[in-house]
Amino acid sequence: MPGMGGRMSTVIKAKISRLLDRAEDPGETLDYSYQKQLESLQNVKKGIADVVTAKKRLQMQSKKLEDSVVKLDTQARQALSAGNEDLARVALERKNVAQTELQSLDQQVTELEAQQEKLTESEQKLRTKIESFRTKKEVMKAQYSAAEAQVRISEAATGVGEQMADVGLAMQRAADKTEQMRARADAVAELEAAGTFDDLTTLGGPGQDDIDRQLSQLSSSTQVDDELAKMKAELGPGSGAGESKQIEEGQGS
Amino acid sequence: MIVRISNEGQYRLDDGLHTRLNELDDAAVRAVETGDEDAFHAAFEELLQIVRTEGKELEDEDLDASDVILPPSDLSFVEAGEEFTGDGLIPEPA
Repeated sequence: MPGMGGRMSTVIKAKISRLLDRAEDPGETLDYSYQKQLESLQNVKKGIADVVTAKKRLQMQSKKLEDSVVKLDTQARQALSAGNEDLARVALERKNVAQTELQSLDQQVTELEAQQEKLTESEQKLRTKIESFRTKKEVMKAQYSAAEAQVRISEAATGVGEQMADVGLAMQRAADKTEQMRARADAVAELEAAGTFDDLTTLGGPGQDDIDRQLSQLSSSTQVDDELAKMKAELGPGSGAGESKQIEEGQGS
Repeated sequence: MIVRISNEGQYRLDDGLHTRLNELDDAAVRAVETGDEDAFHAAFEELLQIVRTEGKELEDEDLDASDVILPPSDLSFVEAGEEFTGDGLIPEPA
């Protein structure tokens, strides 16, 4: 080996070596090491399935939030048409929060998708290497003395082991990420459970004041103001938004 | 020498590139230490780019072990900070 690597590669190499040490037992027969390779391939498949499950969960949540955004937007329009600007503002604040969460969820789904893709590619590589190992093992057993074959097959096993360790690290990283995402998704679920994105006709019930206070802190007030102004303009005069001129009756829906 | 980009693949490179790769690797870590995110990405990207363009990718059937193993290409600045500075850093061998 031509010297050691730089600082990053030294750390990564050490990590891979640690995983390899854990996986390798010199007392094992080489046939047994092939069996273990196949087992770890199963683990990789399971790891990929976990990523897919996490992704599906986020996608479901994202769909729900999309519905909420549409619903709250409609409610804001209805409230404004009916001349209730306060209620429209509350609806827009909630829509604002839902939209922010939605963006973050969608970004996470994209990240998970990329990870899933890479893990699948790595799994394919590992599968190919294991198959190659199986073939080489048989050839070497036939061609070389037992001792010589043992040495050569061990080297080949190290190559497979490195790929396994690499996939192992990638799975660990994916697991850490999905764990972080789960925490975030749980926070959104809590908002939902608190009725944050519910029908606004329930507004005024017990505990709602507190939710609204928190919401107005969470959502960007300038964005809400802008959206409210835009909505007023769209609805046109007669939208009942308080002091606006009462001409051209019947413009609002 | 054989260089692996973690979660991507292995490449066979001319031994003469070793010094250049080490320099970029160390530059990336220094950038993390000084909190210079742009410099980190610049060094890390160049490092990966050299491996990909100068190296010849190994066949999947190949069972050679790597001499150098680099982090995955989507490594974030924050992750690099956690991995390669402070307690996480293994001292470079003399």
